[in-house]
Amino acid sequence: MDKFIHFKIKRQDKPDTSPRWEEFKIPYKPNMNVVSSLMEIRKNPVNTKGEKSNPVVWECNCLEEVCGACTMRINGVPRQACSALIDKIYEKTGFGTPIVLEPLTKFPVVRDLMVDRTIMFENLKKVKAWVPVDGSWAIDRGPRFTDREHRWAYQISRCMTCGCCMEACPNVNSKSGFIGPSAISQVRLFNVHPIGSMHKEMRLDALMEKGGLQECGNSQNCKEFCPKEIPLTVNIAAMNKETIKYAIKKWLNK
Amino acid sequence: MSQPKIIVVGGGLAGLMATMKIAEKGIKVDLISLVPVKRSHSVCAQGGVNAALDTKGEGDSTWEHFDDTIYGGDFLANQTPVKNMCESAPGLIYTMDRMGVMFSRTPEGLMDLRRFGGTKNRRTAFSGATTGQQLLYACDEQVRKHEAAGMVTKYENFEFLSAVIDDQGTCRGCIAQDLNTMEIHKFVGDAVILATGGGGMIFGKSTNSVICTANAASAVYQQGVYMSNMEFIQIHPTAMLGDDKTRLMSESARGDGGRVWTYKDGKPWYFLEDWYPAYGNLVPRDIAARAIYKVCIEMGLGVDGKNQVYLDLSHLPSEFLNRRLGGIIEIYEKFHGDDPRKVPMKIFPGVHYFMGGMHTDWNHMTAIPGLFASGECDYMYHGANRLGANSLLSALYSGTVSGPAAAKYVTGLKKLSSEVGSKPFDQEYKRQVEWDEKVKKMHGKENPFQLHEEMGKAMLKNVAIVRYNKNLKENDNILQEMMERWKNINVVDNNAYGNQTVMYTKQLWNMMEMARVITLGALNRNESRGSHYKPEFPDRNDPDFLKTTKAKWTPKGPKFEWEEVDISWIKPRKRVYNVDKEVSKKNG
Ligand SMILES: Cc1cc2nc3c(=O)[nH]c(=O)nc-3n(C[C@H](O)[C@H](O)[C@H](O)COP(=O)(O)OP(=O)(O)OC[C@H]3O[C@@H](n4cnc5c(N)ncnc54)[C@H](O)[C@@H]3O)c2cc1C
Repeated sequence: MDKFIHFKIKRQDKPDTSPRWEEFKIPYKPNMNVVSSLMEIRKNPVNTKGEKSNPVVWECNCLEEVCGACTMRINGVPRQACSALIDKIYEKTGFGTPIVLEPLTKFPVVRDLMVDRTIMFENLKKVKAWVPVDGSWAIDRGPRFTDREHRWAYQISRCMTCGCCMEACPNVNSKSGFIGPSAISQVRLFNVHPIGSMHKEMRLDALMEKGGLQECGNSQNCKEFCPKEIPLTVNIAAMNKETIKYAIKKWLNK
Repeated sequence: MSQPKIIVVGGGLAGLMATMKIAEKGIKVDLISLVPVKRSHSVCAQGGVNAALDTKGEGDSTWEHFDDTIYGGDFLANQTPVKNMCESAPGLIYTMDRMGVMFSRTPEGLMDLRRFGGTKNRRTAFSGATTGQQLLYACDEQVRKHEAAGMVTKYENFEFLSAVIDDQGTCRGCIAQDLNTMEIHKFVGDAVILATGGGGMIFGKSTNSVICTANAASAVYQQGVYMSNMEFIQIHPTAMLGDDKTRLMSESARGDGGRVWTYKDGKPWYFLEDWYPAYGNLVPRDIAARAIYKVCIEMGLGVDGKNQVYLDLSHLPSEFLNRRLGGIIEIYEKFHGDDPRKVPMKIFPGVHYFMGGMHTDWNHMTAIPGLFASGECDYMYHGANRLGANSLLSALYSGTVSGPAAAKYVTGLKKLSSEVGSKPFDQEYKRQVEWDEKVKKMHGKENPFQLHEEMGKAMLKNVAIVRYNKNLKENDNILQEMMERWKNINVVDNNAYGNQTVMYTKQLWNMMEMARVITLGALNRNESRGSHYKPEFPDRNDPDFLKTTKAKWTPKGPKFEWEEVDISWIKPRKRVYNVDKEVSKKNG
């Protein structure tokens, strides 16, 4: 008998319509992943009821888990669809069980599995996540940087702004306005860079504003779901310490 | 008085660098991109970026970098712009370092360097095995700073459809489509820089991101821009074949000690080291790709009888591998399952990079005044074969040329685009709306995704590593048939919002136009040079073909002409890698 991969997909036509579920089955091949499966579906978009449907809309781009585009909820877990291998999923859930695909819930849905993560880029603006160089012209060799610091800073610099940590964090919601773990973690990166650190106060100030560090409820979910295994909770703790020191200093100098 | 404004299309390294340069000059930028710029394809680059920093006591120099690049490109690149690029490289990479790129370090705290293909010196700065990501993020951050200051306005999730050209033939802005609402918009700008990347998707599967369709280049090609050297497609020797894409295993794996082998007579055979003792595993990509092709297809010696050979890291210490190559090891482990620290990886060549692109002058302006091209979408710096780690450099460097050149161009304009009236905008807008309407109503029999897959297969079969004139001719016929079949597409998505199928169908037409340029360019060039290899014409033929190919769009297909190559610095010499490179002779 032919083997099939079964999907249950939450679909939504546009931002202001209500969602619905639709199921698809495609022939099984070894080594497939969720993106390659969605690509198969669009070549012949017919659902399990035999009805013609529209191809599923989702974001994807590099298919190597470095661009962060294809993040969605797969069987309830926020992760990149490209690296979600069907064989691995079925090892856990059993062959042929429906794989549930849903859009991330912390961001507005655009269509189907595609969401609008603009807020994450806005948060990077809020915390001034850049090195304020005088300009992009050549001056001279950059500052020296120890190999030891490079090793942990490099880990933070691999954040793809994918949204897994935002999705996993119970404190990220429209009421709290919490900027989330990734933006906080980025502050630590820029505050260790020799030039970036010259302006660390402006970033610490940003972390002390509404929606900043104080909104973190220390649930520790974020680090479980970071695909790049960035030690988000360690970074948040480090920034907590920094801002406390900074606040005391500010208060003493008043 | 109104102020000039520049439109940059594309937020990879080239587009972001150009944007930065323009904003620094006090000119506002509209930045249009298919995806949030931080997710641009540049993010994929792994191994590193070249600059002759000479911090390893090897006596490296910008001249040696220049000579390696020209030699590696089989003398097809115009030499003066390449020389300028190599001379600017150290300053540029130090600037990126100041901007916070997390380059890997030496014990002394300097940027570390690794060796790449086609060179004898360590010249490649890197951030583990995610260099493109780190460079892109630093540029993204700098542009965000300008955005926060009001100098840059981003239009992400927008697709460039065409240039707006006035009755004088000058570019005055562009037309772009919102990929969510599907609305088509007019953008007024005094210059437009296309920094839209390569087109790996024309081959169906490649190491490129799925947004790399060369759609924008094809659109302006159909409006009068020349395409140059499109027949030169880099096939990367070491990639993992997959159903959805071909995933790259960076050249840095070999730069850091990786070895390529297969079994012969029951024993490991390191064929690159055997055939090319002077460069070994670090021969340029065209040479390595052809060697693997020969071993698998002509000699039938692929591992397990399949088209694959080993890329072996397992003899290197785990700690070293994690630190230097963690990024690619993760990819191989995640997508393949095996651990490259323990067992050799299985690889085969895959389509990777377009050396050719839009023809421009040395300031990156195309034949249409006011329209510039920069980055992988231009044709300028790599000749017939690109050396590894030179394209992050050329993308960045070209942005430092195109940005200021566009700024200079707009400040010299007699009339700004906001003053030329709405007619050219209305005309081009109407053309694009009509095309969009037409495509939305296509209810034929062909599925666009399937048709694309078929095209990719044909291109891979006929226009990749080894090319025969008979197959190239046949491929062009296939493409023309497919263009007929395209007219019978069924746009399977009926939703008016976020309709990716309509966009894909439009892109597919443009990919087919470009596929013909590649195929016929290859057919015309009866020689072997760099990545372009014809067994019927195995040698380089300078008297007839030391020339830049230029293709012009006509309704009947591309029309070709040739242009002299600038060889004013180094005299062309035979390119071989089994022995050391001869010392370059200066020309003139
Ligand atoms: C897997 C991989 C590894 C690589 N490793 C290296 C390496 O180690 N060293 C090296 O030097 N090079 C490497 N390269 C090559 C290098 O990454 C690219 O050549 C380079 O990043 C291209 O940059 P770019 O700015 O020209 O284009 P891209 O980064 O491709 O950016 C193109 C931009 O244009 C936008 N765009 C495209 N079309 C449109 C449109 N129609 N409308 C609106 N926007 C549009 C996109 O959204 C994107 O923002 C690698 C390439 C790959 C595939």
